[in-house]
Amino acid sequence: MTDTPVIQLSDLSIGFTGRAGYTLPVLRNIDLTVRPGESIGLVGESGSGKSTVALAAMGYLKRGLRVLNGRATFEGHDMFALNRKELESLRGGHLALIPQNSGQSLTPTLRIGAQLTEALRLHSRLDPSQFSARVLELLGQVRLPDPQAITRRYPHELSGGQQQRVAIAMALAGEPRALLLDEPTTGLDVTTQAHILELLRDLARETGMAMVYVSHDLGAIARVCDRVVVMYAGEVVMEGSARQVLTAPTHPYARGLLASIPKLSDPHLPMALGGRPPAPGGAGDGCAFVDRCALASDLCRTSRPMLAPGPGGAPVRCHHADRADTLPMTSTGDHAARAEVGTAPVLSLQDLEIRYSKPGILDRLRGLQDTRPATVDDITITIAKGETLGLVGESGSGKSTILKTIAGLLPPAGGEIRFDGDAPLPRSVEQRGPDHLRRIQLIFQNPDDSLNPRHTIAEILEQPLKLYFGLSGTALQDRCVEILERVRLGGHYLDRLPSQLSGGEKQRVAVARAFAANPDLVLCDEVTSALDVSVQAAVLELLNDLKAAQGTTYVFVSHDLAVVRALSDRVAVLYQGRLCEIGPSAEVYALPSHPYTEVLLGAVLEPDPDTAPKLTADDVIELSPPAKGCPFQRRCPRKIGAKCDTDTPPWQTRDDGHAIRCHIPLDDLHRQQQADS
Amino acid sequence: MSLASIPQNSRLGRTLSVLRDVMSRPSGAVGLCLVVFHLILAVISPYIAPFDYRTMNAAMMLTGPDGVHFLGTDHLGRDVFSRTIQGGREAILVTGIATPIAVAWGGLVGIFFGLIGGRVDEVMMRFVDAFLSLPWILKMLVLIVTFGTGIEVLIPTLAFFYGIPVIRIARAATHDVVARDFVAAARARGHSRMTIMRKELLPNVLDALMVEGAMRWSWMLLAFSSLSFLGFGVSPPTPDWGLMIADARGFMSFAPWGVLGPVIALSTLIIGINLTADALAKALGIDRAQKAPV
Amino acid sequence: MLQMFLRRLFLGAITVAIVSMIIFAGVEILPGDACTAFLEREAQGRVLENCREELDLNRPAVVRYLDWASDALRGDLGVSANGQRSIAEMVGARLQNSLLLAACALIVGVPTAIFLGVVSGLWRDRPVDLILSTGAIFAMTIPEFVSATVLILVFSVWLGWLPGIVLTSANAPASEFFPEIILPVVVLAMVMTAHILRTVRSSVIEVMNSDYVQMATLKGVPYWRIVFRHALPNALLPAINVVALTIAWLLGGVVVIEVVFNYPGLGRMMIDAISDRDLPVVQAIALIVATVYVGVNLTADLLTMVANPRLRTLYTRK
Ligand SMILES: Nc1ncnc2c1ncn2[C@@H]1O[C@H](COP(=O)(O)OP(=O)(O)OP(=O)(O)O)[C@@H](O)[C@H]1O
Ligand code: SF4
Ligand code: SF4
Ligand SMILES: [Mg+2]
Repeated sequence: MTDTPVIQLSDLSIGFTGRAGYTLPVLRNIDLTVRPGESIGLVGESGSGKSTVALAAMGYLKRGLRVLNGRATFEGHDMFALNRKELESLRGGHLALIPQNSGQSLTPTLRIGAQLTEALRLHSRLDPSQFSARVLELLGQVRLPDPQAITRRYPHELSGGQQQRVAIAMALAGEPRALLLDEPTTGLDVTTQAHILELLRDLARETGMAMVYVSHDLGAIARVCDRVVVMYAGEVVMEGSARQVLTAPTHPYARGLLASIPKLSDPHLPMALGGRPPAPGGAGDGCAFVDRCALASDLCRTSRPMLAPGPGGAPVRCHHADRADTLPMTSTGDHAARAEVGTAPVLSLQDLEIRYSKPGILDRLRGLQDTRPATVDDITITIAKGETLGLVGESGSGKSTILKTIAGLLPPAGGEIRFDGDAPLPRSVEQRGPDHLRRIQLIFQNPDDSLNPRHTIAEILEQPLKLYFGLSGTALQDRCVEILERVRLGGHYLDRLPSQLSGGEKQRVAVARAFAANPDLVLCDEVTSALDVSVQAAVLELLNDLKAAQGTTYVFVSHDLAVVRALSDRVAVLYQGRLCEIGPSAEVYALPSHPYTEVLLGAVLEPDPDTAPKLTADDVIELSPPAKGCPFQRRCPRKIGAKCDTDTPPWQTRDDGHAIRCHIPLDDLHRQQQADS
Repeated sequence: MSLASIPQNSRLGRTLSVLRDVMSRPSGAVGLCLVVFHLILAVISPYIAPFDYRTMNAAMMLTGPDGVHFLGTDHLGRDVFSRTIQGGREAILVTGIATPIAVAWGGLVGIFFGLIGGRVDEVMMRFVDAFLSLPWILKMLVLIVTFGTGIEVLIPTLAFFYGIPVIRIARAATHDVVARDFVAAARARGHSRMTIMRKELLPNVLDALMVEGAMRWSWMLLAFSSLSFLGFGVSPPTPDWGLMIADARGFMSFAPWGVLGPVIALSTLIIGINLTADALAKALGIDRAQKAPV
Repeated sequence: MLQMFLRRLFLGAITVAIVSMIIFAGVEILPGDACTAFLEREAQGRVLENCREELDLNRPAVVRYLDWASDALRGDLGVSANGQRSIAEMVGARLQNSLLLAACALIVGVPTAIFLGVVSGLWRDRPVDLILSTGAIFAMTIPEFVSATVLILVFSVWLGWLPGIVLTSANAPASEFFPEIILPVVVLAMVMTAHILRTVRSSVIEVMNSDYVQMATLKGVPYWRIVFRHALPNALLPAINVVALTIAWLLGGVVVIEVVFNYPGLGRMMIDAISDRDLPVVQAIALIVATVYVGVNLTADLLTMVANPRLRTLYTRK
């Protein structure tokens, strides 16, 4: 193979015309060289211009954007100078893209087979009679079971992971020499993500194609990339081998980013990176990172640093790169505030059963019982005062459902909820008394959805204050300001609308609203998943501080095992609406584990080029739990036989309160797992 | 995004900024000017009309436009110009009162059923569908023929029938809002249904209702003048565009000015309203084209 | 699929049943009945009693409703109040004429609208689009009687190209309505085209901005192939429902147009019946029109279901 670059961006700037008529840059002077067979990771937070780079490499610009200067070439072709015909023959052929959301990127009205055949017809030199065989071959290559059946499906009939595989197969159809991937695994479950990444690694090795892997997830990047490019506010701020960037970054932003990632191996809270990136055109004359940088000097404010070799040789855009190693890059944040264990339970769930489907009129008339397995079943948990219980599981495992039921938004089909040792709580909010309502508060995943876009921050905070405490006038006003300050926002936010806040600020307002009620129990539903990692760390820190100050009890739901680890005293693992394992965090994350927990932990990607995930189970997504036996029976890699299919496994509890629900005796399980690791 | 610099988030601030947005679009500017022009004309026309709209003149029937009668005279020798500039007063009065009533009651009912959902909502929608399946003209005519054509009949009738399609729009808009987490948050906090409707739903449905209101107004004007045209609306000698067109049609071959005046007046008002509604929908980010007339 | 189909059918039937009740109840609560209307000033004492006796008006409303409804189900719409003629017979020819008018407008309007809508959407914000979009606002908002009047003035009075009024009798065969039908068809088609055009336009714009069209572009699919294979099948789905709503609108809008052009259709008959307070005829026409409305919407729903794989396939993931 020659060493001429496959993809080369030189001094590329892209921008749009803003409302006031000024040209606002989205990308500034990007230089990027991708050599044959190389895989490059492009990281940065939301809005840093990663996707724009990937699309520009294909000669494609989103509506409204235009090239300000520079070039993008693929194998010597200037992508912005080609005519339509030439572009069409390159795109999807030797240069292919895999989009972030394959579900929306496959044409809904065409069958998978037809879409793949189309790709072949456009870019393959095969004889049309061989197309159908090749389609099956491609689907097999991306490890989809039963390719024949898949070709006849429509995109919506596939799961997210399957859609992503189809998109990969489609890209492979043109036998690409370079593959651009825009967040190909974001939004997928951890196990699915790990499987797709392994697939991509293998494919890259087999076919020798170059890859540009765009992601905000350093764990994923660590797994598939040789070289990493870090982007911030439309600029490349650092570039180097994966090992260099991930273990000895020389740019303050790269260090901050690493420090803000919660890690499985590290029980500390991650370090937050304060502030937010400038809007396009808002970077000024100096360094774009200056407002958030601990090393910032006057020089940084007045002169924009150039990309130049830093300590260790890797190019870095910083005036003080030599001092970057004084900044922390592992999470040296606080330990999570711990509960005084042994106090009376605040919340206890007893045999909770939840169903979404209601029997139809006809069935009810005939007196039929619903025989389908319940969405969530057999949940028994007690939570002590001041404790944080983490609830983890893949998408669809019923985490949010349980929270909604505790909050009274979704009445349970069976079982009871006791709060603070009282009589069972009424099933729905409408029947609950004001005191109970006040003491249990809920925080949602996406603040864009949980804050009324028409209310100012003041109106949002006033609602609980008026409702629960009857405040008004200046008392109300003062209390709003006080609460805002507690979540580290100031009184000047009161008159703003949610749309005028950044994602992290919005989530703080949501937290503030919950704490305005002086709650005893706060239910957090994926409260950090919609946020960038650096912002996530700040929200975690805030939740921890509030807990330390007020002794609040949390139920903290997340799909991210590392986030849960950082905050929780105890962790419960949920599969298909059934508990598999529960116990103190340290125990749950250590051996022995329930076979499902083991699979989950194995699939976690650490931002460390020296770790590899352990994939033991496949990533088939199940639509409904099995009618009897162990809920994990269909995917369990340690399944011991028919017993798992027929008998509900028993809880095996140890002295420290660590309980696992499995037919395999704990000692055996421990031995097997030790042997495998 | 840094919108942090925008200071005004009060209701007034938002209204002003929407208005500015509407005016910055060509359709909005033209539309709003036309509407405002017609509203002003409706108020001042009796004072500026050169002739009394009732005065007949047997000697001057169907004369062409000249310096005295700018738009000529009609078959009874009345001044067409004076009649044209006053021909929208009744229509604007009736529809101007009936539209807000229709939007208000239809909107509230729609939001209510959108919030409640479930079987009650299903049944209600069947009734709405049933009502909508009857052509408006039939529903209106039956009532008018029975109760007469005074404004005391027309206003409630129009307000009632034109509120029904609003139910549908408001309910659909509410369904979108109800699914969002801030409504769940309000429920979980324990607010009453009334508060949720007023505080959480209404502000978010209001945009859709405003656009809907503008549209309803234009449909209502259309209905009103169609009724007049068919002879079931305003009674002579009150000038009304629909009625004037109907009267002048017979003489169209030799006195076309009789129809042109009211045709232009009525069209400019209705187009003005629709251009404004269109610009408003765009300013508020609502897609109006997906709707068909009902 | 079958289950959804049956469910829609069931809901449609319920709607028609409710309409029939509304119609019947509406006529019931109006002051007066068929006899007071028919006898007018003589509607007193004995005469009125006799008349009511004869028309069975003294039975309870529920019984009369069930009678009327079950007759209607069998196609018997009763007799008119004044002429004592069979309504089914009276309505038959008129309904045919109205359907002819509507069908012509559809055949002209729908393809034009879809074509122009696609053009307008693909060339968004270009001069073609501005002209078409503005034209559409004009066409759909100006009252039909106004545009009809203007067209008659231009094409019939000034240019003398087309007849401005229909003189053919109600029972004439369809072919005899040409060329008189041209102007009414043009007016109807204009309004209809405008509505469908706007929907198709916005739907084309939305689809052309979708991730899958972007993906197809990045896959190297030629532009026109993207338009026809990836975009239009998705963009035209919402058009089905709007066409249905427009047809439903035709049923009302056609009334005014029939009057303007003196066209012997159902709409004019309805106006006459209302003026004469011939309640049985009004009831019958209302029922027919409502049934057509529900039927058309039902058809549109089912067509959408068949055309949209998301609705067609049972096995669906979120
Ligand atoms: N069509 C457009 N017109 C104007 N600005 C745009 C457009 N598309 C993107 N931008 C802006 O360009 C910047 C970079 O966007 P881009 O989508 O490349 O970011 P990203 O790093 O991929 O973010 P994410 O992680 O959210 O996908 C953002 O500030 C965004 O608001
Ligand atoms: S140039 Fe200055 S502000 Fe920018 S990253 Fe380096 S030290 Fe920080
Ligand atoms: S009970 Fe059986 S299937 Fe379930 S986790 Fe244990 S070994 Fe696996
Ligand atoms: Mg992106």
